[in-house]
Amino acid sequence: MSARVCPDCARRAWLLERLAGHLEPVRERIAELLELDDRALVAAVGGEHRSAIEDELERQEVSELEDRAERAGVEIVCRCDSAYPVALRDLPSPPSVLHVTGSLERLTALLEEPSVAIVGSRRPSSYGLETTRRIAGELARAGLTVVSGMALGTDAAAHTGVLDALGATVAVLPGGADVAYPARHRRLLARIRERGVAVSELGPGVMPRRWMFPARNRIIAALADLTVLVQGRERSGALLTAEWAARLGRGTGAVPGQVAGPLSAAPHRLLREGATLIASAQDVLDAVYGVGAVLVPRRRTARLEPSLTALLEAIADGEEGQAAFARAGLVGESGMAALARLELDGLVRRGPGGRYLAR
Amino acid sequence: MLAQVTTFAIDGVDPRQVWLEVDIRAGLPAFTIVGLGDTAVRESRDRIRSAVLNSRFRFPDRRITANLAPASLRKAGPGFDAGLALGLLAASDQLPAASLEGCAVFGELSLGGELRDSPGALAVAEGARRAGCTRLIVPRQRAREAALVEGLEIIAVSTLREAASVLAGAPAPPLPRAEVEPAPAESAPDLADVRGHEVPLLALQIAAAGGHNLLMEGAPGTGKTMLARRLPSILPPLSREEAIEVTRIHSVAGLHARGLIQTRPFRAPHHSISAAGLAGGASPPRPGEATLANHGVLFLDELSEFGRPALEALRQPLEDGEVSIVRGQRSLSFPTRFMLVAATNPCPCGFAGVEDRCTCGEADLRRHRRRLSGPLLDRLDLLVDVRRPADAELRGPSHVSSAQVGERVAVARERQRARLQGTGAGCNGDMDARAARHTAALDGEAEAELARAYTEGLLSARGRLRVVRVARTIADLAGSERIGRPDLLLALSLRQRLAQEGAGVG
Repeated sequence: MSARVCPDCARRAWLLERLAGHLEPVRERIAELLELDDRALVAAVGGEHRSAIEDELERQEVSELEDRAERAGVEIVCRCDSAYPVALRDLPSPPSVLHVTGSLERLTALLEEPSVAIVGSRRPSSYGLETTRRIAGELARAGLTVVSGMALGTDAAAHTGVLDALGATVAVLPGGADVAYPARHRRLLARIRERGVAVSELGPGVMPRRWMFPARNRIIAALADLTVLVQGRERSGALLTAEWAARLGRGTGAVPGQVAGPLSAAPHRLLREGATLIASAQDVLDAVYGVGAVLVPRRRTARLEPSLTALLEAIADGEEGQAAFARAGLVGESGMAALARLELDGLVRRGPGGRYLAR
Repeated sequence: MLAQVTTFAIDGVDPRQVWLEVDIRAGLPAFTIVGLGDTAVRESRDRIRSAVLNSRFRFPDRRITANLAPASLRKAGPGFDAGLALGLLAASDQLPAASLEGCAVFGELSLGGELRDSPGALAVAEGARRAGCTRLIVPRQRAREAALVEGLEIIAVSTLREAASVLAGAPAPPLPRAEVEPAPAESAPDLADVRGHEVPLLALQIAAAGGHNLLMEGAPGTGKTMLARRLPSILPPLSREEAIEVTRIHSVAGLHARGLIQTRPFRAPHHSISAAGLAGGASPPRPGEATLANHGVLFLDELSEFGRPALEALRQPLEDGEVSIVRGQRSLSFPTRFMLVAATNPCPCGFAGVEDRCTCGEADLRRHRRRLSGPLLDRLDLLVDVRRPADAELRGPSHVSSAQVGERVAVARERQRARLQGTGAGCNGDMDARAARHTAALDGEAEAELARAYTEGLLSARGRLRVVRVARTIADLAGSERIGRPDLLLALSLRQRLAQEGAGVG
């Protein structure tokens, strides 16, 4: 396990954790605060403990940080190292130390491909979930890297879509890189780490605090070439990510929703402000590579019988039930058996309401 | 002087013999009834007094004591009136005491001396035959029902006076003629009315053929209830014993007017029902909907809206085919051999999977799933999604009629009976893991597909058994000895989805 951290960055990483509680009441201004240097930051939020904190800061050793990471199985890299993701240097306040689980090497490889952040509401509708999942899966198949925050709802759907398409994905976590937040996503985190990575600004074992979420969002925006917002209410946190993307000169995109739906407020605002309209993975590819340069790959269905291929295509086109069966020349009994075969082959899965969806 | 009359109390849904003793002694005029009766029994004193006088008999001005034996059995209802009145007439020498031997009496009295309709005549008649009585006096309205029991002379009377004169030796009035029952096939809902719904119809047929409990999932108004109502029409007809049991239960519950019930019951209780209402209970214990659905179909619409205690209470009935209820020192059992059909919306708003109409969040879906999970789902072998038929289907012809499907179901059931002999299961839906291992053989390809589904995580261990049971029924419908690959695949497509499937993110 490699540890490449210089003393200054190690001290900064320590300071951030030491001040975690102090930053909580001033989280409205977290972006500016993170841009301050160590002394100014302590002066701004240290309060009565200022001098004590400064003394402690002087005594911090790199070895301590390294030991801790080693014990937790987390790789660390500081912003002065060549292995540090270049994209993060565009931030006014790049994380001093990046903590990585999965592997640093893998992170580097994943970031060599164009990357897309998919973010959105923690309580999306099933339309939002399905759209996220589908687009994320298709992007993974096209070889792009999908970045998100592993939050409930949209974020998790983005990761799941990639994993189901056997792709690798980057999760940027608010707390420690080894801490599944929300805890419900422990299994999801394990799946992400099998092929992809989880990264974080904070050290192993740190439980998320509220200021860490907007801070995390800036990392997501910086890592991605394009940030796509799926659903969100008027004051959605996902808008912060999109704002960061715009500030960093990265692309923004939004998936339109129902005209009057409350979950359409955030994406429609972005669209009004000039974000790219994203209705499919192809729209993302067009935005990243130029129109028509790269196409969404077709599924491998060569070895299927003609009737199964026809049924799969009907389902991919959004047909269901008898209409889909009719296109494949099947009836109830044979049609249902055919669906079971496609499901066993992993070509379709059951969505909301038991509806069959093409993977 | 002492007289004794035989009658029967309804204990749950079963008859229990009760001896009515009437004793008349010298003393201040009084009429007391002892023997653990309820208010209706206590009030029968006043009904009997008026009925006796209005029937132009003498009411003895002496000390009358009536006893309902055994004294330990709690007795409820007005069905003892007629017996007590006849006992009183015999005890006061207005009727030959010997005439009451071997004769059971059942019925409520009006003040004018008429015998009133009261529920449970069939159960009483069964009890009378079992107790070795030769004659049974019942209210005229209940004569046909009581006459369903063979080997018993039914004396159908409309007044107390008539009853007394028959006992005194007059010829019994002829039984009322059977009313012409409407041909059940015409009025009952039929599969021929169904348009579209190809897959749900298939699931209904499999459920009927194998006795599998069925869960239907679909948006509001797609036809779940309509389909469930048609299930009784494709089940095999009731045997005579089953028909009598159904009639007796419905008669005791006061739901049934006359004649033998020939069609399988269909019960659809509202989701606000209590545990006691569903499984039986209260004091004195009454049969619940599970018992009223005995030999028929219990339909639970909006399954997720039912209270947890009510659904929990269905566990024993589903497992054992009967429910036992303990009150005080006694335990009663009600038969509950029904098929369960449940229906539910796919999500709280009901529109999951219908274009983008669903407005539920992931958390709502999770909560909905959780409400549905639990022991009851283990008993539901089949899950079918019911969708709105397309316009063209609604205008098209129907697929099948109940008679056609009923025939296939009957043949499949016969195959099962032959195969399952000695396993304790009556149909594939009752098979436990052992019976399934011994009698549900899969061919090589089917075995491989099942193993694949299991290792891919599409099935739990219990889900695997359910799929095998259903596949066995599908093979029975096709007339094959072994479960083939198409049978197994079809069963897989009708399996219950795991909690995480269809609920957004796993």
